[in-house]
Amino acid sequence: MNIIVCVKEAVDLEQVRVNESTREPTLEGLPLEIEDLSKNAAEEAVRQKEQHGGTVVALAAGLPTLKKTIREVLAMGVDEARLVLHPSLATTDPPSIARILARAILQTEDYGLVLLGEGSADNFSGLVGPIISETLGLPGVTGVRELKIQNGVARCTRDLEDCYEVVEVLLPAVITVTSEINEPRLPSLTDVLKSSRKPVTELQDLGLKEENRTRRVKNIAPPSSRKGVLFQGEAGEAVKSLLEALRRDGVLT
Amino acid sequence: MAKILVFSEKKEMGLLSKGWELSAGGGGGQGVAAVASSAEGMAEYFSYGANPVYQADGDHTAAEETWADLLRGIVERGGFQLVLLTSTKRGKEIAARLAYALGAGCVTDVTSLRWEGERLLADRYTLGGNCVATEEILTPVKVCAVMPYAFPVGQPDPARRGDTVVVTLPGESQKRVIERRAKAHETVRLEEAERIVGVGKGLLHKEDLEMVMELAGVLGAEVGCSKPLALELHWFSEDRIIGLTGSKASPKLYLALGVSGQIQHMVGVGRAKTIVAINKSADAPIFKGSDYGIVGDLYQVVPKLVEELKKA
Repeated sequence: MNIIVCVKEAVDLEQVRVNESTREPTLEGLPLEIEDLSKNAAEEAVRQKEQHGGTVVALAAGLPTLKKTIREVLAMGVDEARLVLHPSLATTDPPSIARILARAILQTEDYGLVLLGEGSADNFSGLVGPIISETLGLPGVTGVRELKIQNGVARCTRDLEDCYEVVEVLLPAVITVTSEINEPRLPSLTDVLKSSRKPVTELQDLGLKEENRTRRVKNIAPPSSRKGVLFQGEAGEAVKSLLEALRRDGVLT
Repeated sequence: MAKILVFSEKKEMGLLSKGWELSAGGGGGQGVAAVASSAEGMAEYFSYGANPVYQADGDHTAAEETWADLLRGIVERGGFQLVLLTSTKRGKEIAARLAYALGAGCVTDVTSLRWEGERLLADRYTLGGNCVATEEILTPVKVCAVMPYAFPVGQPDPARRGDTVVVTLPGESQKRVIERRAKAHETVRLEEAERIVGVGKGLLHKEDLEMVMELAGVLGAEVGCSKPLALELHWFSEDRIIGLTGSKASPKLYLALGVSGQIQHMVGVGRAKTIVAINKSADAPIFKGSDYGIVGDLYQVVPKLVEELKKA
């Protein structure tokens, strides 16, 4: 059984800065990386392979920079990568990405399991997993924090807001994972070096002319409307000043 | 008049109120329909303007694909143009599947929703909470999953009546549920709290929570926390997490103790009227997002605060 893991590239969120005049995020020049939940999915794929055998194929649709960033998951133990690359994919909406990935999955031989993050750390739409499941007509389970595979059945523990729900589905299935499912490994230098010899192929003709159903009108950081008054010095005095201010504002009586 | 269908897994009347408000877009009379997952509380749905109410004879925990299938049928038969759901994990999955089946544009985790002329605009957080994106949904039929408790509850009219349409949830699912284990929780609703004391990693020991509880008691506040305190340290249940992946609260006062103020946390209290932070590091990002701050050791400041508040 082969395992497919769909991954996504994103900027390092800790490094996002905002242009003070336009309130737009400054993303140019920021390093791109495979985002966190994709790494959880890759880790889970590799662990399942270690237990059950087979190979792990990473799929991604995005910018040409993926050719480099995808090495991160290859170093983690993913065997090969197949990429759909186009500059326009930066503004493609998540459902269209899901349909492109679904087509890439159909071209992958003998797969039994598709893994991906329940959302991505940067956008978290949560749309891609369920739409891949719908497009392929395969069972889909979201928000999985524990996965056991036996005799062609996946037993998934879902982490929902109010409960843990244990469900079983027949493979092949599309399963989205939470960040709690595992701790992604840090590849050794040897693994990183070895990863450069793993095959990375570019998939062509997967129908990039997907039509977006949503359009991003703007994306800005809301300006802070907070007062930003600081009280420093001796604790007792600072507390008195704080309470005075809160009473003046009518927050406390 | 836009035809709007609301399905709130959490029976959230604020979502219905928003649907009612949006249905006025494009002129004509107002009207919104709702889907209920049980026969209970029909009068409440009617009082917030729902008519008809589609009453499903299944439970809200049935598989997402069956709910999506049921909703697709209702939308197609009823000619609805916009479906509003709650953006829980289940709600997001139902929204995604429904949108696929309807060929609809879909936005999840919506925090604000409005018409601009004929255009429907939805706001949601992006870049891990750093930014707010405004998305226009381009398709004739639209699906939105809205953050829990994002919209205020409108004025009910107990005199309103409406029709009930019984619908059947399809029984077939590819998922077989083996068991459900309820999470330990204290049925706290931070979304509805007037005052919240939030705790971060600046609190060093679990025993120190006693001091926090005393402060919360004096203030009449609920206690919330940053993500690591629930998920890593297990000092709190998950329903006390404030932030992008937890509760979005709108209290009159949010008092953050030893919270560094990562953007993912601050998104959860963005709608607080007043934010106060106590942190020993003057460089902590929380001070930029606060109205008032005390730079100091919370182990000294909190007892003083309790003392002064007790005097009042």
